[in-house]
Amino acid sequence: MSILLDRSSRVVVQGITGRMAQFHTREMLDYGTQVVAGVVPGKGGETVLGVPVFNTMKEAVAATGCDTSLVFVPPPFAADSIMEAADGGIRYCVCITDGIPAQDMIRVKRYMLRYPRERRMVLTGPNCAGTISPGKALLGIMPGHIYLPGYVGIVSRSGTLGYEAAQQLKDGGIGVSTSVGIGGDPINGSSFRDILERFEADPDTHVVCMIGEIGGPQEAEAAAYIQNHMTKPVIAYIAGLTAPKGRTMGHAGAIISAFGESASEKVEILTAAGVTVAENPSVIGETVARVIARRAA
Amino acid sequence: MDIHEYQAKEILARFGVAVPAGALAYSPEQAAYRARELGGDRWIVKAQVHAGGRGKAGGIKLCNSEHEIHEASEAMFGQKIVTHQTGPEGKGIYRVYVENAVDFTREIYLGFVLDRTSQRVMIVASSEGGMEIEDISASRPESIVRSTVEPAVGLQEFQAREIAFKLGIPAALTQAMVRTLQGCYRAFRDLDATMVEINPLVVTADNRILALDAKMTFDTNALFRHPQIAELRDKSQEDPRESRAADRGLNYIGLSGNIGCIVNGAGLAMATMDTIKLAGGEPANFLDIGGGATPDRVARAFRLVMSDRNVQAVLVNIFAGINRCDWVAEGVVQALTAEPVDVPVIVRLSGTNVEEGQKILAQSGLPILRANTLMEAAERAVTAWKNDRKQMMRAV
Repeated sequence: MSILLDRSSRVVVQGITGRMAQFHTREMLDYGTQVVAGVVPGKGGETVLGVPVFNTMKEAVAATGCDTSLVFVPPPFAADSIMEAADGGIRYCVCITDGIPAQDMIRVKRYMLRYPRERRMVLTGPNCAGTISPGKALLGIMPGHIYLPGYVGIVSRSGTLGYEAAQQLKDGGIGVSTSVGIGGDPINGSSFRDILERFEADPDTHVVCMIGEIGGPQEAEAAAYIQNHMTKPVIAYIAGLTAPKGRTMGHAGAIISAFGESASEKVEILTAAGVTVAENPSVIGETVARVIARRAA
Repeated sequence: MDIHEYQAKEILARFGVAVPAGALAYSPEQAAYRARELGGDRWIVKAQVHAGGRGKAGGIKLCNSEHEIHEASEAMFGQKIVTHQTGPEGKGIYRVYVENAVDFTREIYLGFVLDRTSQRVMIVASSEGGMEIEDISASRPESIVRSTVEPAVGLQEFQAREIAFKLGIPAALTQAMVRTLQGCYRAFRDLDATMVEINPLVVTADNRILALDAKMTFDTNALFRHPQIAELRDKSQEDPRESRAADRGLNYIGLSGNIGCIVNGAGLAMATMDTIKLAGGEPANFLDIGGGATPDRVARAFRLVMSDRNVQAVLVNIFAGINRCDWVAEGVVQALTAEPVDVPVIVRLSGTNVEEGQKILAQSGLPILRANTLMEAAERAVTAWKNDRKQMMRAV
């Protein structure tokens, strides 16, 4: 098993006619993902890489039965596209777009609350690399070949640090059940805690690797959840020990603006919650391997 | 993006927030003249810089005559003001704001922020104005009132009244306080602010609610729909290297160390800085060159990093996902061939086509040090920097 995404996921790409979207749609198709539709207003009736394009999400859902969406829409229009996906009956949506205004995301989060929990779309991102269930399906912009199928769940704010972890695991012969990018924005679809809950419930995820960074409350929330509710071991790495206070470090959400938001404070909070914290990004793979060996013993 | 106090006050006044009468000046003569225009017999001269803590640093002066205004502003213009928010290099004073002085009986702290836990706009207020919010939450946490705004309907009057009563605002001024709170919220929402801070908001001796200071920060991701806010950007308040980088699509933050960093991805860039520190060095900068590291972009990154005179070694750390290491390697070689640098360069490549990439670096004949892991790269960079420094010391 895996979380959020598998072989049966039927994918619609919003903004499929863009250059980036086409490149990554091809990568996803090559990986074996079922990309069944694209949506671009005004381009309904066209096809891209053999995939039919529709004007609206509702049409795409009715015609193809798509249930999973990938948003490649430019920042000014991305929030609208996410809401259209939520309203169209999509179950899981990944938004890759970087640069969405924070207040647009506040609106998106508020809008999604109008649907009862059992019909509410799950959103990850924006400003993320996407989600991959290795060997099954790829929904995003990550290089598929660095992930082996296996039993480690990865959840990361940063894209490239998530790759770094996956590559190190692969080098050590360790595979991944699902890797989820939650993105670098201050207001995002799913938190670390949301994803940890799913990994905890997934029988094929045995260990979780969580990659956080400075800024925001989500690592501390995750620590409380891990301490009180998680049976599976969690390994963490937190980036930004040398980041100055009050500066935005690339990701809109990577800014230390309150107590508990620096990397050293987060490391402390996670360690106190029983999480094994990797000291530097070069040892994420071996730290996971050590925890797996300890668990087997 | 930050703006100046006088600009924030102009904006908030348009949304119904009361502010003292004031005027902007670009010279001491103009400051004195504008005071005469304003009238009155006591004025405050305030240095306009993008930083808090101006009062303690000499950036705010009470004056009783035009002569005093001239003197006070003459002492400010062209100076650098250094506060705990500016960093040691300080921020230059090129504008001053002259306001009529106001007698007040109470000072209130009022802030609007994006609260990441509730994922909504949060109002933070305290009866202990005049102090910074960090100090208030340390010394008088019980004085802080918090309230979040439901985004679908905005700030309701009852919420604003609750805040007013909790702060102990006199009943006769409740409506004025409600107007102030709703004005701030509307400005925040309509203009895509990420922060509005009025500290202090005062109750004047003649029973008015007045914003004596104002600070606004805007969401850079939303500037596309607010050209009139984008226009308020003041480059004189930014680090010149960071401004230049931002204008060229690179995400750069200058730091005080000696090892320059060129990395793809914000998380990996932070991790690279951390690893340099662990290896015994100090990073000179944060730099995310983003995906698709073309030779041109790598070259621009080298120029930018090398424009910092403190840089004595450069670490390039690329995880090629969708990129290919061989293309990145070609970019590094082209950049270094076109514009050779006189410090050690360490390159760590990982991901797609890493062997081809390493081969290109090796065959280039350039003095590039290679590393396989990030830790190894950081250690090499620190060692190379230390050796290089020793050689330079010997040369001297």
